[in-house]
Amino acid sequence: MPTYTVRINGRTHEIAGEPGDSLLSVLRYELDLTGSKFGCGEGACGACTVLVDNQAARSCVTRLAAVAGKAVTTIEGLSGNPNRLHPVQQAFLDAEAFQCGYCTPGMVMATVSLLRTNPAPSDADIARVMDRNVCRCGTYPRIVQAVRTAAERMKKTESLAEAHREGGRR
Amino acid sequence: MNRAPDTEIEVERYELAETGRYRFEIERREFMRIFGVMGGGLLVLASTPAAQESGRGGQQAAANDVAAWVHIDEQGRITGYTGKTEIGQNIRTSLSQAIADELRVPLDRVSLVMADTDLVPYDQGTFGSQSTPRMAPQLARAAAAAREMLLDRAAAQWNVDRATLAVKDGQIAGQGRTAGFGEITKGQKLAGAVPAGVSPSPVAQWTLRGTARKKVDGVAFVTGRHRFTPDITRPGMLYGAVIRPDGYTGTLESMADSAARAIAGVTVVRDGAFAGVVAPTERLARKAASAVKAQWRVPADLPSSQTVYAHLKKTGTPGGGRGGASTIVGDVAAARATAARTFDASYRIPYIAHVPLEPRSAVAEWSDGKLTVWTGTQRPFGVRAELVDAFRIPEAQVRVIVPDTGSAYGGKHTGEFAVEAARLAKAAGKPVKLVWTRAEEFKFGYFRPAGVIEVKAAVDGDGRITAWEFDNWNSGPSAIQTPYDIPSRRIQFHQSESPLRQGSYRGLAATANHYAREMHMDAIARALGVDAVAFRLKHLKDERMRNVLTAAAEKIGWPKPTSSGRALGIACGTEKGSYVATAAELSRAPKGFTVERVVVAFECGAIVNPDGLNNQVEGSIVQGLGGALFEAIEFANGQLANGSMAQYRVPRFKDIPAIDIVLLDRRDLPSAGAGETPIVCVAPAIGSAARSFGTVATELPVKLV
Repeated sequence: MPTYTVRINGRTHEIAGEPGDSLLSVLRYELDLTGSKFGCGEGACGACTVLVDNQAARSCVTRLAAVAGKAVTTIEGLSGNPNRLHPVQQAFLDAEAFQCGYCTPGMVMATVSLLRTNPAPSDADIARVMDRNVCRCGTYPRIVQAVRTAAERMKKTESLAEAHREGGRR
Repeated sequence: MNRAPDTEIEVERYELAETGRYRFEIERREFMRIFGVMGGGLLVLASTPAAQESGRGGQQAAANDVAAWVHIDEQGRITGYTGKTEIGQNIRTSLSQAIADELRVPLDRVSLVMADTDLVPYDQGTFGSQSTPRMAPQLARAAAAAREMLLDRAAAQWNVDRATLAVKDGQIAGQGRTAGFGEITKGQKLAGAVPAGVSPSPVAQWTLRGTARKKVDGVAFVTGRHRFTPDITRPGMLYGAVIRPDGYTGTLESMADSAARAIAGVTVVRDGAFAGVVAPTERLARKAASAVKAQWRVPADLPSSQTVYAHLKKTGTPGGGRGGASTIVGDVAAARATAARTFDASYRIPYIAHVPLEPRSAVAEWSDGKLTVWTGTQRPFGVRAELVDAFRIPEAQVRVIVPDTGSAYGGKHTGEFAVEAARLAKAAGKPVKLVWTRAEEFKFGYFRPAGVIEVKAAVDGDGRITAWEFDNWNSGPSAIQTPYDIPSRRIQFHQSESPLRQGSYRGLAATANHYAREMHMDAIARALGVDAVAFRLKHLKDERMRNVLTAAAEKIGWPKPTSSGRALGIACGTEKGSYVATAAELSRAPKGFTVERVVVAFECGAIVNPDGLNNQVEGSIVQGLGGALFEAIEFANGQLANGSMAQYRVPRFKDIPAIDIVLLDRRDLPSAGAGETPIVCVAPAIGSAARSFGTVATELPVKLV
């Protein structure tokens, strides 16, 4: 069985597997990272969304061979600190943007990816990009609110950091 | 679980200092169990007053009761025990609110043990929107009784007049002294049942209830830490897969499994009609399952999604097996004979799927003849009974634990996946996890029933409906009665033979019956050239219904849409004790129409958690959009044509219109269930609006013809 080197949540893993093994099954079964959920296995619901080199990817249809040498971030590694929430997680919590919570990790990861490429998305942008993720409980309006809140907060944090850097240079 | 033998614990019969208000003929063994797990303290049982009064006891009473316990341990920690399940409706929070309120403590002092058959009192299941109207008052009664018992105890311990003591900020206080609950319960094993006279605090005294509260363990969900059933692992656990036919039906005739058996570590199980495999990894289990060559017998001449409606009518039996409603009032024939106009139509309701994002799944473990199953179900005790039946073992040997579950919507009432996992685990001699694939979800779960509804109405010269005939084939009798004031009525449910497996669904029959009734009301109003709201009000006496209808109409700006070229539609109804009116605004689109805005006015008595309720109403609207706009199972020749997530369209971000919710808080009325009713009028609101653009087919999903 071939071995693949994958960086997951900042740690390098040597993973023995078939090239066609799904990234989701590796995360869930090999590494017990169960925050990424199995919803459909066909890349159509987004419950398994993770970041591969900072881009949202549906891990259930992402092949192990395709992530060799790449950096994977899952919900478990998002904030980098177990005692702190990522601003997107905090925004979901504040907006109560879930009911059963099964889609939530995937929604959070999709939002992080969206805000990386588009820090100030319009509602139409949000709907277009997030349309690949399903919330069967129908909390979409609250998720849109959470995305907006996260965008505003991250922009503020970013401009503070910017001011900091500016100040440092002076 | 370590459980002390019964003989080691002697429950102290709670003796009162001053009065004999409490009743103690309680299930001692049940209390032993909790004390065994939780240590000492104070434990209070609440069950339905009716059962207490009738003098029934033990298992028989338990089978029919709504029972709950509240325990306060020696550290003062408060735990509620309930057989209800958390499936996203947020009752872990709202039920905790009820307990915390009665004990005058902050919400974070309370935790709930839910849906663990070894630890909680029997419960029929989480369905029918009963958790808030029935379980919340039981937990509140138990907590209220616990509060009074703490006061009694403190008064006795301190030897002071009980009337000078009060519970405040989580402490007993009075006469210049304070003590935490733990100080009062320390070293005790006190057990009591709630006396029949104890009631929860009146709504006017609510402090936590009636306020918006965040999901109590929300952090576990945004971090992915919460373990749903598919996330659970056990030491030495293996993975299972079931051998299935290609389509949704088939009887196993024979199978060749040598290729599967040749895979290292794989166990193949064949037991009667059941066949499955167990393997060390999930991938290997799937590989082994596909290596089994099975022959299936599939019945010929199965109905298709085109022919099913004729089939349902042909096989229908009036009344049928589901206690069907049958109403005959007045003289329908005479009213029809003298009518100015008559309006007849036939409406079709397709099968639709729940598509819970967490697939049906279970982890089963046998240990010393005892079976423990973790599974996402709405009926933990029902699943326990299924396991008892399947394996012919005593009830005490089976434990079902339901982790907070990734939604259900009525789709998780049965436990076949639990039985399958347990059968595989038994064969493998190791714990086994079984997670249904999405394809299995579609093919082997069950659907909201398809149905045919025929409505015949007669109207007199004053534009008043004088006769109403309503026949429902197969989609169910809930909300089959009309709320409108019509003197002559004939209403009949017919049970049919369903070619697809069918069962509960959020709102179930009420959605179908409301769709047909409200579309028909709208059609009559249009034909008579009268306003659809005024027409309904003319036939409505029920103030609660009038209030929601008027509120929704006002909010959407009835009868004028926001711009020309747009259209409004409206519908109202009642189900499970709550009232809803839904209004929709549509715009034209190249292929039909777009839903721009939905307004819902909802009234369910006194509101317990306004934010949680708002979330439930919003979710109901969104789920209702699916059935209204695009959900329908297509099938032919024993195969599903759209049994995958890519093919079966559920509402997504782009489908969501602007949503306005008007909550009418009736603090003078008891809380009714709210998780289902707001779904029932979504389709007729949209369907009636679409009529402004052309002819609308008399079927779901709504489409222009």
